[in-house]
Amino acid sequence: MKARPHLDSVLAAARQLIIPSLAVLSAFVAGAVVVAAAGFNPVQTFAALLDGAFGSGINFTETLVKSTPYLFTGLGVAIAFRSRSFNIGAEGQFYMGALAVSWLGVAITGLPSFILIPLLLAAAFVAGGAYGAIPGYLKAKVGASEIVTTVMMNSIAVQIVSWIIKGPLQEPRHFYPETAEIVNAAKLPVLVPGTRLHLGLVIGLAMAVAAYILIFKTVLGFQIRAVGSGALAAEYAGINVRRNVVLAMAISGGLAGMGGAVELLGVTWKLYSNFSPGYGYSAIAVALLAKRNPLAVILTSLLFGALATGANNMQRAAEVPAMLASVMQALVIFFVLGYAVYEDRFARYWAERKPRDRGPHAAAAGKEAAGSNA
Amino acid sequence: MLEPLFSLTSIIALLSSTMRTTAPVLLAAIGGLFSDRSGVLSIGLEGFMLAGAFAGFVGAFYSGNLWIGIAAALIAGMLLAFVYAYFSVSVGSSQAVAGTGLVMLAAGATGFLNRVLFRSSGNFVRVTPFQPVAIPGLSRLPIIGQVLFTQNVLVYLAFALVPLTWFILYRTALGLQIRSVGEHAKAADTVGLNVTLTRYACVLVSGALGGLGGAYLSLAHANTFIEMMTAERGYMAFAIIIFGKYNPWGAMGASLLFGLADALQLKLQVAGVPVPYEFLLMFPYVLTLAAMVMAGKTTAPAALGSAYKKN
Repeated sequence: MKARPHLDSVLAAARQLIIPSLAVLSAFVAGAVVVAAAGFNPVQTFAALLDGAFGSGINFTETLVKSTPYLFTGLGVAIAFRSRSFNIGAEGQFYMGALAVSWLGVAITGLPSFILIPLLLAAAFVAGGAYGAIPGYLKAKVGASEIVTTVMMNSIAVQIVSWIIKGPLQEPRHFYPETAEIVNAAKLPVLVPGTRLHLGLVIGLAMAVAAYILIFKTVLGFQIRAVGSGALAAEYAGINVRRNVVLAMAISGGLAGMGGAVELLGVTWKLYSNFSPGYGYSAIAVALLAKRNPLAVILTSLLFGALATGANNMQRAAEVPAMLASVMQALVIFFVLGYAVYEDRFARYWAERKPRDRGPHAAAAGKEAAGSNA
Repeated sequence: MLEPLFSLTSIIALLSSTMRTTAPVLLAAIGGLFSDRSGVLSIGLEGFMLAGAFAGFVGAFYSGNLWIGIAAALIAGMLLAFVYAYFSVSVGSSQAVAGTGLVMLAAGATGFLNRVLFRSSGNFVRVTPFQPVAIPGLSRLPIIGQVLFTQNVLVYLAFALVPLTWFILYRTALGLQIRSVGEHAKAADTVGLNVTLTRYACVLVSGALGGLGGAYLSLAHANTFIEMMTAERGYMAFAIIIFGKYNPWGAMGASLLFGLADALQLKLQVAGVPVPYEFLLMFPYVLTLAAMVMAGKTTAPAALGSAYKKN
């Protein structure tokens, strides 16, 4: 009997993987149908995709490099989602973080890396966080739909960047529409020589652990989750709903902003138009597939990084437009939603299966687990 | 330089242009109004519009007939709307998630298909757009003749839908049914109204009109399809419905305000005012933000956003 709780938790964790895996598998099958319908060879296409993502050591490090921004934005969206705030603004917040370090990374000189880099990341967190807190505040204060406000703020951010790279922050020769390259001390160190794999991945993993602790082991995390499961009940329990919505959105934006900074400090070293190919939007699928669990975001962001890297190779090798990856990301969302129904039923069945073995609260806990699915 | 900007001809041109920039968002907003009033968030409008813009262009381009393009846009919008209705009404998914997923699906699919179909043609593919149709007699009226009665047929249609929608929603049994389902699904169900069917129908209407609004952009405005050409107009339509207090006349007023903002920023860009064009492009987005703040918690249908499950 002593081994039971352990076995149960392993089984529970395994059960958690079933639906996301099925969703991904289904999206691939549907993607294959789309590819075949468009007149391409699906086997060749997906072989090129897999080869691009995992085919060699260098391809795999590229996948990790690509996964890093998804990791940050995915974490951000997952945290906002915990407070039932639907942050579609990760894209704009990502840009704001990148914008902050594209400026400070050039303006601040003479600091050693171990001071400058944390400083820049903190600045990006503040920039992205402020940009996320605004829609959070508008939602909390006047009930403005955060979906609309964040979408609008994304477009505003894109226009601000488009202006600033030709205006105040344009590179000194005023020739290219981009910012000047950041100072060397601001560049993130490369982890594996000869690749582009940089320290950002490690920072991202640390952030995932930190986000997990925040959400599940702190009072603030508890309050955010309470607001997410029911604002009215949380209000009755004495939790300040508005404050927690704003905080969740600010932390969410901060993480997305850090993602923008890490991408700039680690990969591009400067800011330009289309700096993000939609890392903020894909983050919604990343977070949903991970069931808003920060540690699971590590896995789902890796998947999305692989998909993006593989899709580029697929476009080169099989001449299938890389946009296929966006279609498959969206399909993942719908399969997650569709299968959630079966997951609910399964969780209820599981909870009611052996009520005596699992204690009196098991059924209630099962219901809660069922209800927590997006 | 600013002087000719405010001459009479210039103002007439601005107002006439406002009618045309209003039409696509108004079409989408009227469609979304049906969906919202029946209790289903019209958050997928951007996706319906994108699908309509693409399907409309493809249909018109290959057939050489704009009306076949319109039919294709209606079908594409309704197909996506059916997917959205399935998840938000039948499955009972979070409408925010399903709607956003839908927009991503439409963005990905139209981008993918656009590259599959038109990647080989190096030169710009375009269609001959809808032309202005002068209404006999009325178009000769001073000023308003040019502004109101010398427009393309989709503009007339968009504005004609406003009183029609008002009539349906507030003066027919069908409208009462839609509003009842959106206010209190259980009560509506109890008195024998079919909640699921009503909501499906309303979401399909929002798909059709959203698709039509998108087709306006490719067939009457840009004369071609450009990826992401809707530029968040679907989300603006969603905001317009709220700002217009879930009423067709309010939606028309709000759409005109947005149309004016859009027409004005276009005009200022062309006039070459000494402001970076990015700030002019930002204007409609900032206006939407302001509208959302001003609208605040208005008179949303009580059951808006919540799925209804029969017990």
